[in-house]
Amino acid sequence: MLELRSISKRFGGVVATDDVTLDVKRGEVHALIGPNGAGKTTLIAQVAGDLGSDRGAILFEGADLTRATQHQRVRAGLARSYQITSIFRRFTVLDNLALAVQARSGSSFSLWRPVAAETALAEEARAIAAEIGLSGREAAIAATLAHGEQRALEVGLALATRPRLVLLDEPTAGMGPEESQGMIALIERVSARVAVLLVEHDMDAVFRLADRVSVLVSGRVIATGAPEAIRAHAEVRKAYLGESAAA
Amino acid sequence: MHRAAPLAVLVLALAFPLAVHEPYYLSFASRILVYALAASSLNLVLGYGGMISFGHAAFVGTGAYVSSMFIAEGITSAWIGWPAAVAASAAVALAIGAVSLRTRGAYFIMITLGFAQMMFFLVNSMKAYGGDEGLSLPARATGLGIDLGSDVVFYYTALALLAAGVYALHRLAHSRFGRVIGAIRENEARAEAIGFPVYRYKLACFVIAGAAGGLAGVLLASHGKYVNPNVLHWTQSGTLMVMVILGGVGRLWGGIVGAAALLGLEDLIANHRVEWLASMLPNYQQHSGLGVGIVLLAIVLFAPQGIAGAFARRRRA
Amino acid sequence: MSWVLILEQLLNGLQFGLMLFLLAAGLTLVFGIMDMINLAHGSLYMLGAFLAAALVQATGSFVLGVLLAVPATAVIGMLLEVSVLRTLYARDHLSQVLATFALILIFNEAVRIVWGSDLPLSMPAALSGPVELLPGMFYPAYRLLIIGVGAAVAALLYLLVARTRVGMLVRAGASNREMALAMGVDVRRLFTLLFGVGAALCAVAGALLGPLLAVQVGMGENILILAFVVIVIGGIGSIRGALVGAVLVGLVDTIGRAFLPLLFGLFFQPRVASAAGPAIASVLAYLLMVAVLYFRPRGLFPARG
Repeated sequence: MLELRSISKRFGGVVATDDVTLDVKRGEVHALIGPNGAGKTTLIAQVAGDLGSDRGAILFEGADLTRATQHQRVRAGLARSYQITSIFRRFTVLDNLALAVQARSGSSFSLWRPVAAETALAEEARAIAAEIGLSGREAAIAATLAHGEQRALEVGLALATRPRLVLLDEPTAGMGPEESQGMIALIERVSARVAVLLVEHDMDAVFRLADRVSVLVSGRVIATGAPEAIRAHAEVRKAYLGESAAA
Repeated sequence: MHRAAPLAVLVLALAFPLAVHEPYYLSFASRILVYALAASSLNLVLGYGGMISFGHAAFVGTGAYVSSMFIAEGITSAWIGWPAAVAASAAVALAIGAVSLRTRGAYFIMITLGFAQMMFFLVNSMKAYGGDEGLSLPARATGLGIDLGSDVVFYYTALALLAAGVYALHRLAHSRFGRVIGAIRENEARAEAIGFPVYRYKLACFVIAGAAGGLAGVLLASHGKYVNPNVLHWTQSGTLMVMVILGGVGRLWGGIVGAAALLGLEDLIANHRVEWLASMLPNYQQHSGLGVGIVLLAIVLFAPQGIAGAFARRRRA
Repeated sequence: MSWVLILEQLLNGLQFGLMLFLLAAGLTLVFGIMDMINLAHGSLYMLGAFLAAALVQATGSFVLGVLLAVPATAVIGMLLEVSVLRTLYARDHLSQVLATFALILIFNEAVRIVWGSDLPLSMPAALSGPVELLPGMFYPAYRLLIIGVGAAVAALLYLLVARTRVGMLVRAGASNREMALAMGVDVRRLFTLLFGVGAALCAVAGALLGPLLAVQVGMGENILILAFVVIVIGGIGSIRGALVGAVLVGLVDTIGRAFLPLLFGLFFQPRVASAAGPAIASVLAYLLMVAVLYFRPRGLFPARG
């Protein structure tokens, strides 16, 4: 569904992404793991269109999105959530989600009609709020949410665009064990209908959710395979899993 | 602000010429109305859109000059001159915005300023229309079924256009478009990431604001029957910004309150002698800029939300 | 169109550019390190010119007057920084614009109250004559002085920024403020000092240009905007960019004004040429800025990586 071919990116003298070839199949959850500084977020940024690649191609459902702008990729069904929460802090939870719904439903060059009157937007936003577990917090201003709730909203914004593939960048970042369970359950539900490229440090999440795992070290993919195979992979253990005790 | 307040202000504004007959005050009030429109148009792009445009005077000036040029050439019908002037301002805003919005932050501020200065110099050298001495008009435009030459009629015309403009701003702010612009101001990167072509929205906002500014410019030139290149100078852009910031950035009444406050303050200092100040500095009234500057500085340092903001906060408290 | 004329205009452009550099250097550092838009920078330039004019009158000596005006302006600049400007660093650009715009108003009126709308300042008699640079080519001695001083200051600044410890701290601050702070640089004191230096540079430019451009209230606004154009072209935060940008703008503006009307006269009818020529010449600097920003949206030598 998503194909990355030889994606490369360097910043001055630093090679951030080194000839990455990766694919995500329809209906799959593909986890991307690697030590800090491996270039995971940089890669996500390139797939989402935040950052341009120096070389390589990005194909999504057959279409070449390499030169597409970010908003064009979203229209094509490719959405992204951020590692560092990036929501509309002064908007309410409902308005945050309604905004994302608005983005893909009709033209927003409507200058006169009050948007508050559009009940369809609000209804769909409410449905998404329920899915991400924020039903009781719809009227809360996003900035007042607890960290875990903000992370949920973060993912919710990506989901509200009705993507066919979603790029989740460390969704459980900064979450305690209970909150993480909630997020993992959410991703599990979502993965039933949306393909997922999941960047994570939380190994529990990775091994519960992933169909396949790729390991990124210093910008290169050193291994791809089923979770168990990766766990046993010698080079991976050396480079990465050896750092965390319980695997 | 309390719900009834806008209505009360409108009633007062409508009654004003009936109660006050002094021509100076009528003219002064009209001037406030015109600047309120200009400042409100800047508020759209600055307050609602979050774009710090330092070249808004270019659009006000374009409206002022194009409408004046029509009259100077003998075409006195407002039906022709005014829409043409507004269209010209929109076109200039489109051109300037298309280039400027590809930059951001401080560079955006500078490039909008640069463009406005370019327009200033260009207009300054148009000898055919007065050059640096400006252009005096024989009369105000005609048409619209009214006699714009009458100061009272002009006042009501300006009031009508200002009211319409602010109402349109209100509708815009609550529309789909307004919500997107608000989102862009709040978090531009995420707005793009959820599928909005941000550049297009910013440009549209910029052009609408430019057109509205042009309308204000038309009224400005019409009011004094005179236009000169200074209306395009960057210090004029600065003055408009001061009005918006003073009145409250991003607040519906920001432009109106700011224009009234700044012009009122200047007038107060220049025309109403305060004895104890005079005892310190005999001709302080010729230095109204000092007082205005001090008040402005104080407001920035101590009341960052502007006047309208201070009111809103007090109501919520 | 003789070579003498061209050389003369090139020198004029260089002279103007170097003075612009003095203004731009201080401005770009304030903007680059503290991310502050300081519209009142032009007011320091005006203050320097007025102080110089007043002191020259009082002491009877051009040199003494200028030499006293510079540190005086620096002190005023530092006082301003410590009292008012420091509180603006944390604020958003909009607040900075309003506050410093207010300062312009205050300074303009204050100067008007103390000295009136303008003060005479004439160049020292010894330098009011021409110097023969090449056989048959004469150039005003005073302008040569300006070029000399400008170049010397530029060299001094380069040495300061590139070779001293303070300079290194400044460059570190310009390229990554948070990092510099984290490394314990006492940015507050460094900054006040920097501001003082910037004010001193403004005063030098104001005092030297005074005899040529007239010392009057409002002189700051006109040149301030060109200084901003310079730092945008050069790249905010970069002294090297400020120098390159300033010389570019100085040359383009001067040569444009001198030769564009002539050039237009060659191709267009006199009526068009006499209107369009000066008009386009006066906007050349801005066109240059737009062109540079189109290809390099962050200027020629952006300080931040």
